[in-house]
Order: sequence, then structure tokens, then C-alpha cells
Amino acid sequence: MKRATAIISLLLSLTFTWITSRAEVANDSVSLSTVEVVAQRPFAKVIPAQELEGRRLEGLNSLSVADAMRYFSGIQIKDYGGVGGIKTIDMRSMGSNHAGVFYDGIQLGNAQNGQIDLGKFSLDNIEKISLYNGQRSEILQSAKDFGWAGTVYIESRRPRFNDNEHYHVNATFRTGSFGLVNPSARLDLRLNDNLNATISAEYTYATGKYHFRYRKVFEDGTVAWDTTATRHNGDIHALRVEGGLYGTMHRGSYQAKLYYYDSERGIPGAIVNNVWKNAQRQWDRNFFAQGRVRKSFSSRYTIQGNVKYARDYMRYLNPDTTLMYVNNRFTQHEIYASVAQRLTIIDGWDAALSVDYQWNSLDASLADFARPRRHTLLAALATAVSIGPLKAQASVLGTAVNDRAGNDKGRATRRLSRLTPAVFLSWQPWKEHDLTLRAFYKRIFRMPTFNELYYTDIGNATLNPENADQFNVGLTWHRDFNSTIWNSIDFTVDGYYNEVTDKIIAVPKGSGQYRWMMMNIGRVHIKGVDITASLETSLAPDLFIGGRLNYTFQRAQDYTDPSDSFDEAGSYKGQIAYIPRHSGAATLNARWRRLQGDYSFIYVGERYHNSSNIPANYEQPWYTHDLSLSYPFTLDRCTLRVTAEVNNIFNQQYEVIRNYPMPGRNYRIILKFDI
Amino acid sequence: MKPTFSFIILCMLILVSCREDDVIVRPQVVPVTQPQYTSVKGFYLLNEGNMGTNKSTLDYMDYTTGEYIRNIYGAANPDVPMELGDVGNDLKTYGSKLWAVINCSNKVEVMRAADAVRIGQVDIPNCRHIKFHRGFAYVTSYAGPVEINPDYSQLGYVAKVDTASLKVVDICIVGYQPDGLEITGDRIYVANSGGYRVPNYEKTLSVIDINSFTVMDTIEIAENLQYVVGDRHGNIWVSSRGDYYALPGRLFCYSPAESRVVKEIDVPVGNLWLDGDSLYIISSQWSNITQSTAVTTAIVDTSTRSQAKGQLITDGTESGMQRPYSIAVNPITKDIYITDAGNFVNPGFLYCYNRDGKMQWRVRTGDTPASIAFIGETTVNRP
Repeated sequence: MKRATAIISLLLSLTFTWITSRAEVANDSVSLSTVEVVAQRPFAKVIPAQELEGRRLEGLNSLSVADAMRYFSGIQIKDYGGVGGIKTIDMRSMGSNHAGVFYDGIQLGNAQNGQIDLGKFSLDNIEKISLYNGQRSEILQSAKDFGWAGTVYIESRRPRFNDNEHYHVNATFRTGSFGLVNPSARLDLRLNDNLNATISAEYTYATGKYHFRYRKVFEDGTVAWDTTATRHNGDIHALRVEGGLYGTMHRGSYQAKLYYYDSERGIPGAIVNNVWKNAQRQWDRNFFAQGRVRKSFSSRYTIQGNVKYARDYMRYLNPDTTLMYVNNRFTQHEIYASVAQRLTIIDGWDAALSVDYQWNSLDASLADFARPRRHTLLAALATAVSIGPLKAQASVLGTAVNDRAGNDKGRATRRLSRLTPAVFLSWQPWKEHDLTLRAFYKRIFRMPTFNELYYTDIGNATLNPENADQFNVGLTWHRDFNSTIWNSIDFTVDGYYNEVTDKIIAVPKGSGQYRWMMMNIGRVHIKGVDITASLETSLAPDLFIGGRLNYTFQRAQDYTDPSDSFDEAGSYKGQIAYIPRHSGAATLNARWRRLQGDYSFIYVGERYHNSSNIPANYEQPWYTHDLSLSYPFTLDRCTLRVTAEVNNIFNQQYEVIRNYPMPGRNYRIILKFDI
Repeated sequence: MKPTFSFIILCMLILVSCREDDVIVRPQVVPVTQPQYTSVKGFYLLNEGNMGTNKSTLDYMDYTTGEYIRNIYGAANPDVPMELGDVGNDLKTYGSKLWAVINCSNKVEVMRAADAVRIGQVDIPNCRHIKFHRGFAYVTSYAGPVEINPDYSQLGYVAKVDTASLKVVDICIVGYQPDGLEITGDRIYVANSGGYRVPNYEKTLSVIDINSFTVMDTIEIAENLQYVVGDRHGNIWVSSRGDYYALPGRLFCYSPAESRVVKEIDVPVGNLWLDGDSLYIISSQWSNITQSTAVTTAIVDTSTRSQAKGQLITDGTESGMQRPYSIAVNPITKDIYITDAGNFVNPGFLYCYNRDGKMQWRVRTGDTPASIAFIGETTVNRP
């Protein structure tokens, strides 16, 4: 049965793709994108981004940013399941702490553990998600934009008005499986010709309950045991309120933003023998205020400023009386300011300089806690050159970090400074073909997080930063067609080699397994290939079909311990935990008149849950199929769009992380009302 | 464009593999040595598995064939959902039964000692260690009763389990987070760790009168106690883990006759095993001050109460060990078994040394190999 559904699924994706590539009917170029085209400088595309936006983003049946990011190449999502489960991204197997996540242009920080839970970011108010390996190919950006092995830019929806419009109202209601009740509303106002405002709010409630099933069979296929249970303690209450001002001025623009998120959730925990539910809870309150201004003083000189203040509160409670009682509170503050400027020296040669300063603090209700404070100063010098078909960018980032203990414990004192370079090249060999070859090298590091350095008992204040070196070569091919059927085709392929050294790994301290120590001992070599292809066709005057495929190959090997190669269970050169060699996704969106249909397929190949690649550590591949249908009803000035989704159609019982069962088939209804 | 798509589809078809049914893991048989025939038939080894992985597994060393058999529980009990459980903390045999204390599964698994077929389980939350006495099993647990009182801290207890009916018949409240225990005469000695109360560790040994099953005495020894072993001279040996900072791990000898600690030996104890008058000790101790791990081994003579000269391992092979985790000694051949937990994430190793401290063989185990229980005619650990 399992195999049958797998074959059906592959055939399904194959057939759709075959249809899209074979049909030969009339063309009527339809543009899906509703996003305004921002004037791009010639250097902007040295390395293009993977992007999801507009209808394509809406068609992915995704509730959170993390769900949508599964459709990018080179990305693995660590997903603990359910509406409230933690979801973090791992770019090209370098570890989730190497990815910088930016919300409306400014980085989302978490100095405590460096992990951004993208499951917390609902897609409700999101317009576009972009993913850059290396860094964004733009030199006018804050120094922090240069400071990651890869970056994700999440852009919230901006207000946009036609000439005679003064406001937009949008109300959305989502409901479905897991007891989901998810209302949201949004108001866009045009205050004057140069200033728009928006405010949006969203509430999410879910019981998080779903059935899951575990079973094992004998080698002859007869059932050994088969058990079905309900996932408990996966409930979530979350409120998001967000407001923004967007203004334009002569040769410039500015924006300001307030964001507040308040949630309580259960932590469903691992399912193990004799323990089928857990009681741990987590509360989060995140607030930030940020602003940015950009202004050009001539056609040759532009300056940009960013400021941000963020406060993050987290409380973790373990009320289970059979375990250690834990009731910890953590509060972080962040203050950030950045100035960036770009000068065009001569046509085709730009230079930019940006300087950032950031202050972080962490307080916790833990005994002996070091209460660390961190000052970070970053400066980036970048240049971009364009000589005919050749484009090049180079940047060097200087980072200086100074940590101090906020109390007399004295353990948290640390200074560090580093210079890290990056070089990007692209070449378009033929003017008449939109084929671009590219290459980049980047060296970057990540600072150890506060937890890794100073967490009571497990922290290690002597840790060094973790380094990542990336080498990448690739090509992009794009073609628009005048044909009546084909609209356009895009193809990209990248091959890369990454090395992560001084990787920070938890190492047991000796007697007693539950005492760990952070050490710079890990070493991972990653060879990978990312491929994306997309095609847009118009099979009939009213029928538009777009398809997109991603494929990722990753060989991410653990080079930490050469002595651990005694037998096949040795971890040396083993594939690291939870990284599949093969993974991919296929999406297909079709529009016939006003009816919109979306199909998406995700495949994650076999994995091991640690770098000892033996059968006892084997994790099955998983693949899900999602379908949705959507239709807009128009009444006067208003539109009501009704969407019905069914996810994991074949009810596959799978796990992304061992002992964290994922939901089977589930449904969602979305009503979206626009004025 | 067509070839491109076809190519990618083709690649995906060739490379992807389908999900299949999860098959009961077949035990792996590894020949490691020559067969040997003594009254000890073999031993079981319980692998802890990392917390939350549900990967506690049971291995068996069969002396009669010289084979090490990995991961036997699943095949012996194919109808038990979710297998053995999460974090196997202690393993002992009693009569014809094998008892495995599965800490994070909140249960003691009871199996036939002959073939590891499950008989039943005893539900004891956060259970730690087990010992037996006259038809009853005594199990320490961190999870004592809860009182509605803001100043109350949860004490641990010892559960008394009828080994025939597998029912908890009584409990006795002891100190904070009790770990090891020992039964000598009519007394149960319980090492209280206070591990949940960092940095205010417990310092006491609880003494339970086995007949009334009540605490009759509480003796202050040292911080963070872990193991208790009674020798044949009537003394109680207790290990302290220290506080991982200034206070090092140490070993104490308490004399019930004199009601005092009669000896303190400055040796860290990761794990210990008493055979006759020899207390075998292995440790890998972390120091927050030097930021490093030190591997130490020792033999303490319980008759002279002093550390014996000479090394447990004489061929230098301990340098290849990453994290020696537990030790056991065959009561007949005096072969020494030391487990190496490695990095606690990947599978560990079991090393076999002869009585002269020379390595005989080593074999891969499950994750975090921890407790060893011999099978057959043995008077292990009893005077």
C-alpha cells in the first residue's frame, strides 16, 4: 500500500509535468505576480535568490513561513510537528545557526540560542520570502546582511493603492483539522500621496490534536504491532499584532514598524515507550519596533539607515511531577543601529560601506546565571563591478564582539574580532541568450550563542566561533517565448562544497549523562547540488499552468572523529543527522478562468538520526501531497475568496524528527474577504 | 525545455526510494572470542539510549558460543509496541527473571532471564536503580508524592515490589533524588543525590529498616551521592560525584558498626563493581576548571580499605576510550568488562580485558552501553 501510494505520487507529478511540457495550444501571457517591480540596479542579480511570492506562495497550503520554505532547494526543515511545533531551517546542512532571518529588512535576533522558529511566522501577512545562499547580491545593505552563510528575507505585505483608492480591508478566517481557529484582519490606509499605513492582527488557536500511528512488521510482512494514538499537548494560543508606516520622499523612502507576538503553547514532546503525552509548556512574548530610511542625494550616492529595538520573553515550564520541576524565564533585549552608503565611482563601478552596532542582553531566572551582555560592531566594505557580460562583487566584513557578565560571576568576558571575505562572480557569455554562469566563495563564522557560552553548567565561555567556508558554482537559464503555449522557462543548477569547522557540539562531561559541555570539535564537509526548474504555459486562452521542480542532493559527512571508523557503525564520514541525500519538491498551479488549483509534492529521502549510518539509526523517507482549490466570488467592490485544502492526501504516517509523529491527512477551509 | 524536465524527473525517479514498512530489527550476531564454559553462561548489557530517542536496547554476550548479539529485545518481543523504552538505567537478574529499570519510560521491564521474553512491567515514575531481597525488589525513584505547599520540594522514594505479582506493595520516602541502593543485613542504604537541586546537592545516605520499611537513620556523607555497595566486612562504600567545580568526586567507606565514615579515598567514581574484596572503579571526570576530561581507573581493596597499587588496564588501550562509562567483572574468570559511551550519541563499545588488564576484544554496542548483568550460577556482588 505504501509503495503503491509512492508510485502513484511520482506518476502524478510526472504526468502533470509531462502535460505542461507537451501541450501545444494558444498563448495568452498572464502575469501572476502582483508585486510591484522595484527598479533593480545592474548588480542586483550576481547571484539570484530563490523566491516565493504572490499566488505561488498562497498556493502552497502553508500556514507558516517554515512550511513554505520546504519548497526551496538546499533547505531542510527541522519540524517537530503540529501547528505549534518548532520549525527551524538548515541551509545546505551547515546548521540552523548559520542562517540569518530578516523581517522587513532587519534581522530577527535570538542571542540566546540563535534559532529562529519560523513556525511562529504565519503566512497570513507575508508577501514574499527570498532565500540567498552566501549573501544577497546587493551592496547597499547593512553590515549584518553580509554576516551569514545564507539569508532568508521575509517581507510583510505592503499597502498598495490604485489612484482612486483610499483604504483596503481584508478579513480572513481559517479553520480545519487540529481544532484550528485562525481569524485575521488587516486595514490599509492611504494617509496622503506619500504615506500609507497598515495594521494587521491575527489570532491562532488550535488544540493540536491529531491521530498518529506506529506499526512494525515481521520480515514476511505480517504485522508485529500496530498502534494508533492521539497527539496531546500540542495546543497553541497565539496573538500577533503588527503595524507599519510606509512613506516616500524625494529620491527616498522610509518605513516604520511595530510587531507584537504573544503565545502560549504545549510542547508535545517525544513519544517513547510508556509515555504517550507530555506536560511541558512554553510562553513567548516578542516585541520589536524598527525603522528604516533610504535616500539618494544624487544619482551616484545613496544612504540608508536602520534602527531596531527588540524584547523577547520566554518562559518554559515543566510541571510534570515525575520529572525535574522547571520554571525558567528568559528575557532578551536587543538594540540595533546601522548606516549604509553606496557611491557610484564611475558607471559600472560601485562601492559601499556599512557600519552596524548591536547590543544584546539575556537575563534568566536560573541560579548562577551569568546574565551576559554583548556589544557587536560590524563594518562591511563592498564593491561591485560590471564590465560588459561580467559582473563581480567583493566584500569584506569586520566583526568585533565584546561580552561581559551582568553580575559578579565574571565568567562571561570575551573579546573577539575577525575579518571575513566574500567574492561573487557572474558571466553571461552570449548576449542573445539569458544564460548566466556564476561562482562564489564566502568565509563566515557564527558567534557562539549565549546558551552555548554561559548557560549555567553546560555553557563553555572558552568557545571559539564556528566557521563555514562555502564554494559554489552554478548557472541560470531563463527564456521567454513568443510561442502561443510557452510563456517562460527557468532553470538553475548549483554545485557546492562547504566546510564547517570548529563546529560547536554538546559533549558529555563525564559521569552522569545529563551534564553536557559545549566544545568546538565538530567538522562537517558538505557536497551538494541544488536544481530548480520552472515552466509557465498557457494551454488555452483561459487556462494557465505553471510548474516548478526543486531537487537537492547533499552529501554532508561527519569528519569529527577519525578514530571512530572501527566498523560500519562508525560516525567518521557518516552522513550527518537528519540530512537526506535526496530531497525535492514539485508544485503545480493551474488557473482556469477564475478557478485556481494548486498541487504540491514534497519528498525527503532516507536519513539517519545520527552520523552512525546503521539500520538502527535509519529514518524512512517521507513524501506528502497537498491539493487546494480556490475560487473568488465578487460582490460589488468586495471579493470573497474561498479556498479548500487537503494536505497529506495519502495519509502518510511519517516523522521528520525521530519520535515526533507528524499529522496524517488534514483539511483546511479559508475564507478571505477583501474590500 | 522538454529534455531538461525529463532529465530531472528521470534523476528523481532513479534516486528516490520509497517508504517501506518498518521491520522488527533483527539481532546482529558478532563473533568476538572463543567459547568458554563456566557456570556463568553469559551476560546481558543494557544500552541507555539518549533521552527522547526511545533507543534503550538489550545486547547479550553468549559465552557458550563466544558471540555478542546486539539488540535482542525487538526480536524476542515483536508484539511489544515501542520496544524496550527510553533510557535504560539499571539491569539486574533475580532468580529466573531479568529486571531492566527504564528511567524515562517510567517503568521496570521484567523479562525471562533465559531469553529476554517480556513477562510484564512495573510502573514506577522516574525509576533509577534496583536491588533484591527475599522475594522483593527495591527500586529508587526521584518522583515522590507531591504536596500542595509552596515551600515543598519533592522527595524521592524506594518502592517495594513483589517479584511474583509485579505489584508495588509499599513505598518509603527518602531524600532528594535517590540513586544507588544496597541491601545488607536488614538494612537498605540509599544514596541521595539531590541532582535536581543544583547547587544545593543532597549529602545524605538514607538507612531503611527492611522489616518496618521505614527510614531509621539519615547519615551525612558528602554532596551528590551516587552508588552504594556493601562489602563482606559489613562496610558500606558510597561514591560522591562532587559538584563538577571545586569539589571532586570521592569514595567513602561508612561503617554501620561504628556509625561513622571510616575512610575517604580521593578517587572519582564514574562506575564501580565489587568482586570479592576488590572494588573496581572507572571514571571519566570533567573539570570545569581545567576544562578537560580525565580518565581514571582504580582498584580498592575493601579488606584494607586502601587503593591497591597497579593499574586496571595495563596495555595502554584506555587511551583509545572516549568516555568509559561502566564496569563489570566476571565472577569466575575475573575478566573485566568496560563500556565506552563514546560521544553518547553514536553507538558505543564494550571492551573485554583479562585479569591482567590486557585487552582481549572489543565490540560495538548500542547507544550509551551502561549496565551489565551476568546469567548463570554466580554470586556476583554478594559475600
